[in-house]
Amino acid sequence: MVLGTYKQITLGRSTDKQIQKISQDGGIATGLLCFALDEKIIDGAVVAGPSDEMWKPKATVALTSDEILAAAGTKYTLSPNNWALKEAVRQYGLEKAGIVTIPCQTMGLRKMQSYPFGVRFMADKIALDVGIFCTENFSFESLRTFITAKAGVDFDLVEKMDIGNGKFWVHTQDDVINFPIKETHGYEQSGCKVCLDLVSELSDISTGSIGAPDDWSAVMTRTETGDTIFKQAVDAGAIELKPMDEGKFGLEMLTKLAKSKKEKAMKEIDRRKELGLPVPYKASSEKEDPLANV
Amino acid sequence: MLARIKEFLGMEAKPKEEASQQEVEKVAEEEKAKPRIGYIHLSGCTGDAMSLTENYDILAPLLTEMVDIVYGQTLADVWWDDENPMPEMDLALVEGSVCLQDEHSMKELLEVREKAGLVVAFGSCAATGCFTRYSRGGQQANPRHESFVPVADVVKVDLAMPGCPPSPEIIAKTVVAVINGDMDYLQPMMDLVGYTEACGCDLQLKVVNQALCIGCGTCAMSCPTRAVGMTDGRPELNEDRCVKCGICYTQCPRSWWPAERINMDLGL
Repeated sequence: MVLGTYKQITLGRSTDKQIQKISQDGGIATGLLCFALDEKIIDGAVVAGPSDEMWKPKATVALTSDEILAAAGTKYTLSPNNWALKEAVRQYGLEKAGIVTIPCQTMGLRKMQSYPFGVRFMADKIALDVGIFCTENFSFESLRTFITAKAGVDFDLVEKMDIGNGKFWVHTQDDVINFPIKETHGYEQSGCKVCLDLVSELSDISTGSIGAPDDWSAVMTRTETGDTIFKQAVDAGAIELKPMDEGKFGLEMLTKLAKSKKEKAMKEIDRRKELGLPVPYKASSEKEDPLANV
Repeated sequence: MLARIKEFLGMEAKPKEEASQQEVEKVAEEEKAKPRIGYIHLSGCTGDAMSLTENYDILAPLLTEMVDIVYGQTLADVWWDDENPMPEMDLALVEGSVCLQDEHSMKELLEVREKAGLVVAFGSCAATGCFTRYSRGGQQANPRHESFVPVADVVKVDLAMPGCPPSPEIIAKTVVAVINGDMDYLQPMMDLVGYTEACGCDLQLKVVNQALCIGCGTCAMSCPTRAVGMTDGRPELNEDRCVKCGICYTQCPRSWWPAERINMDLGL
């Protein structure tokens, strides 16, 4: 099962016009967190918020919808959100924290919850984890390098970055520039090369643009918690749905990309094992499903 | 009782119809076989014992109904000397590292190994040496006491539970696993027995240097002394603050990966 265990798969988007305007795709992460905050399902959320530097996110504890909105949109670089969870729980005293994580961060959180060796009274404070699809991530300098060198755009003029249709898109106020996503290869951080998870298989709800038309997001509900909150958000009209296209540009594409990330990672995992380099996952010969995230 | 602990830990309760005769028999059986537990206090600050007692909701029944504390100075007023032999124990929690110059500690540890079925290095001092690694002697109360090592350096250890201190939750989860004979849950703790030389610099040596870091920030989240921060998406260690407890590396999703357990816990 290359998409992990899920209860429901659908297309969704936030019905809030303001969120639609500023969010990356369907605004599911932003919309869900705002809804959960309004409904007191969470009392704050850890998000990749803005920092002093353009396009460099800062893991931030958001306590209001405005602060959640300020973090809308994808930043294609590292934001150690798990770190800020500590701040959320210890400094802000959140009892029911929401958090947005990419798959590797979800994995760190879930490992902490199952084996909370040194992390006292934190495991039970995560009320909602929204997982984001992720193919790979870039260090800030890598991102800056290929935006300025490949797209030839001054970093400060960039208004939005996006990945879609095999291309990396850079939007400025009066221009849209793209280059093949293949050209970012060699810039991605190498830790991503052994990652078996594109779709945040362990999150409560995962979402991303792959398999969705423009301005919509694919959504998978996974845990009981996630499924319940998502249904509440839909019933309340905060999120609208439309069935996922099963075909080439929908589920098929998502499945294909998730599978291809896993296959590439397994090759690298096996190669590392042969070299005697450490890697926390099993070799393909050691597991039943060679593509499982184990 | 077990149901209460499970509820406390947010583990899924069994549907009612299943909690039938079988379950009752199982509980009855558990009553018969209460594990005998000892608590041995070597060179540690008692923080690990305090963390154990922070399981307020379950502590009283835990100590009185589920286990027999047969040995220990803090949790049970039982002392060992030549006239009063140390009792047999199913499980001994050893807190603190062992001082090689302290004859009493050495003697007690060796005796515990004789008398206990399972020896647990309980807390980072016992497991990795933790901040006692910085000791250099030359101080009162005994200037000769300078060499403090993880207990696994001296005796065979069966389970290691690092943490400065280990969280109340991991202690409760482990107790449940021991009572249920859930060896799968305990496996990582068996593996951690070998992790005796810990340092915040493991993040650099074993994760970043090995092309495994993904900048998730879990290490910085778990550091009990805030010695680990994140700079440009990579852990940055303030060595002056590091107590060598090993928690950052232990919690890192790229050090070991308990996939089956996580899926089970999430109901996936």
